Amino acid sequence: MDDALIEKLGILADAAKYDASCASSGAKPRRGGKEGLGSTTGAGICHAYTPDGRCVSLLKILLTNHCLFDCVYCINRRSSNVRRARFTVEEVVKLTLGFYKRNCIEGLFLSSGIIRSPDHTMEQMMLVARTLRRDHGFAGYIHLKTIPEASPWLIEQAGLWADRLSINLELPTDHSLKTFAPEKNGGTIKAVMGQVNERIVEAKEERRRFSPAGQSTQLIVGADDATDRSVLETSGTLYQRYGLRRVYYSAFSPIPEASSVLPVKPPPLQRENRLYQADWLLRYYGFTVEEIASGGEGGMLDLGIDPKLAWALKNRERFPVDVNRADREMLLRVPGLGARAVDKILSARRHTRLRMEDLGRLSNGLRRARPFLIAADYHPVGGLTDRLDLRQRLVTPSSQLSLF
Amino acid sequence: MRPIALRDGADLDGFRRAVRRLAAARTAPEAVLWSVGAPSLFGDDAPTPDEGAPVLLPQAVGRLIETVVCHGDPERYALLYRLVWRVLNGERALLDQHADPLVHRLERLNKAVRRDIHKMHAFLRFRALPDPGGGERYVAWFEPDHHIVEAVAPFFVERFESMVWTILTPKGSLHWDRHRLMTGPPAERPDSLADDRFAEGWQRYYESTFNPARVNPTAMRAEMPQKYWANMPETAAIPALVRAAPARVQAMLEAEAAIPRRRMPEKAVAAMGRQAPDSLADLNRLILRSEPLVPGATRAVLGEGTEGAAIAIVGEQPGDQEDRDGRPFVGPAGQLLTAALEEAGIERGGLYLTNAVKHFKFVQRGKRRIHQSPTAGEVKHYRWWLMTELGFVRPRLVVALGATAALALTGRPVAVLRERGPMAFDGWNGFVTVHPSYLLRLPGEEERRRAQADFVADLRRAAALA
Repeated sequence: MDDALIEKLGILADAAKYDASCASSGAKPRRGGKEGLGSTTGAGICHAYTPDGRCVSLLKILLTNHCLFDCVYCINRRSSNVRRARFTVEEVVKLTLGFYKRNCIEGLFLSSGIIRSPDHTMEQMMLVARTLRRDHGFAGYIHLKTIPEASPWLIEQAGLWADRLSINLELPTDHSLKTFAPEKNGGTIKAVMGQVNERIVEAKEERRRFSPAGQSTQLIVGADDATDRSVLETSGTLYQRYGLRRVYYSAFSPIPEASSVLPVKPPPLQRENRLYQADWLLRYYGFTVEEIASGGEGGMLDLGIDPKLAWALKNRERFPVDVNRADREMLLRVPGLGARAVDKILSARRHTRLRMEDLGRLSNGLRRARPFLIAADYHPVGGLTDRLDLRQRLVTPSSQLSLF
Repeated sequence: MRPIALRDGADLDGFRRAVRRLAAARTAPEAVLWSVGAPSLFGDDAPTPDEGAPVLLPQAVGRLIETVVCHGDPERYALLYRLVWRVLNGERALLDQHADPLVHRLERLNKAVRRDIHKMHAFLRFRALPDPGGGERYVAWFEPDHHIVEAVAPFFVERFESMVWTILTPKGSLHWDRHRLMTGPPAERPDSLADDRFAEGWQRYYESTFNPARVNPTAMRAEMPQKYWANMPETAAIPALVRAAPARVQAMLEAEAAIPRRRMPEKAVAAMGRQAPDSLADLNRLILRSEPLVPGATRAVLGEGTEGAAIAIVGEQPGDQEDRDGRPFVGPAGQLLTAALEEAGIERGGLYLTNAVKHFKFVQRGKRRIHQSPTAGEVKHYRWWLMTELGFVRPRLVVALGATAALALTGRPVAVLRERGPMAFDGWNGFVTVHPSYLLRLPGEEERRRAQADFVADLRRAAALA
């Protein structure tokens, strides 16, 4: 690796850092064996954490940050003045193998600005994946961000080599897309999601490999005026209609060379966090978008408390819940009880009537759950859930993050 | 009191033998005194004659023991034996009782070991050293909290099977030579593990992927405690990155909105639209370059005939002979088709002949390559090629031979014998009939003659429609 390549790596990693996804989970177990390299275990490993608290699991880079598009939220848009660079297929392959052999990464997450044409760009990305797999027997994780404007055949070729394909929607409404990403087309993006989903479902039924870890997308939050409710409605549709594995939320972050159309102040990072929490409620806790949104005001989630607690405070009549009797669905709605804790409760209560002391060993969130629970030796007196100051009592005072 | 001494580290075998003897003698946990680090009572690995019979435990208990013996807590064996004793004495489902203090404590030990294993998988970094043999040798130094060196070995062997590597730790070492795993004694921290330029590149990557607008060192430390940093070349950059972050963000916020450089985007964006293949020859080049979407395939077999032919005939997929010759409809079924066309008075040379699937799907049995029908998913996967191809040929009529072609052209399963005849395809005037290979498979002479006559009649009808 020479100076020039290190320099390029700096530029093209910097350009890729606004993509939220670095996940390497969900792939089928696989190993490279004596002639190849690497393995996937299904779970994914975070190999480091950066000082922004986010993990490094994959080598997340762009093939190039040259781009024909002019999406205002993007630092790589054609009208931006950033330094530009471009990797060759061989260089990306070399970097991936080199870092993988040193156990720095689980694999590659390759994205790209659009150069020459969407097809040309997509083909280069597909060639990286194909070279890694076929010429080097690389069995690590490969995530390709597809270029939605590329021809269907190229996206389908990419699915043969990648573990995951993603097609970034970036903005939750068609209106915002038109304003902020004039060359993008929401219809095209969703058509590709539909096409990819169809191939994934077929391949699963026929036991073939096609993007076995599914597809994902990213929504930028806070660049436009979309409410949390409309963001979550979009996610709900994506999960249901296109079988997406994950929707990533990325709080719009100040960028160098920002466009004048963008808001000056970034949204609070907490908003992104609340959306992730809401997303979990959507996927694993049986909540509807409507229920989650009803916990906040005016279509925005409450930034002070998590969406499950917000919902519970507005539906106090449904509490307290008896941990020794309630069904799984209702236990999952108790603030402070996660899915793992609920499963432990269900299995433990087959043997014994659970007391508060027992619950303390089953869950780490008991402090928050307490007002909403009935246990064998505990019944909230005088209806604690009616107390007006309950919200105050449950909110942890926010503390300033410490710097070195 | 019954003294039991086990080897240093994770002495799973020693513990297993002890449990057998203790269970056979029905020794209660209170009567056992466990100690670690003394030479083993049982000698090294030789089983002792008075070893008890194997003890049957639920699988989950076995798995828990395997992990917890790796913990550094000197009490671990006593706790585990109390668990075993209770499980053997009427509490088979004890592990389900997550609220039981003993279970809870063991779960915490289990979690600590699993976390340690996970962190070693994650934070261990290999350095590449030149190998006397000309290749590269990878060496790593790591300091785990618990006795997990042997427990992590399978992961590294599986992942880096094709490399030669050594992992050194104060609790033992591992060496893999691409064939065999050798375990070795505890190691000292090597004086220097020289970093190569990949380590330098990795540090540059780490710095570049950090977003200063999101600085949150608390979250970072929660997942990557400082005790691991010494082993990871990239972490040297952390203090400077964190210190500089607020100023970098302030500079971004204060900067004037960027004034775009003048460019000619219209031309570039317009050029983007011209990416679809613009001729049949262009499309065929793409097909030849593409990866087969069916297993076994060797090369793509392209369509044949003239653009603008009145009739395009679509078959299933190339067979063995077609794959060898690189031309469609040259095998036994193709010859039968040629004969039928002749009988129907249609000149083969005036048609466009192609297949729904462009590659020969087969399984190898000895020297023979056995044809496999493409699945519905594979057929649909090839649809884009077929439809684009027909778009260039622009026939007046598309004839589907058999169910696979009909599926490709209509997007739905078609019962060929019942639905044969004219049919609207996706944007094309269509006609469905049987595939000639169906005629080859019919058993009776009489039956085959009749079916062949029907096939010829179909071809005549189609020709009349075109």
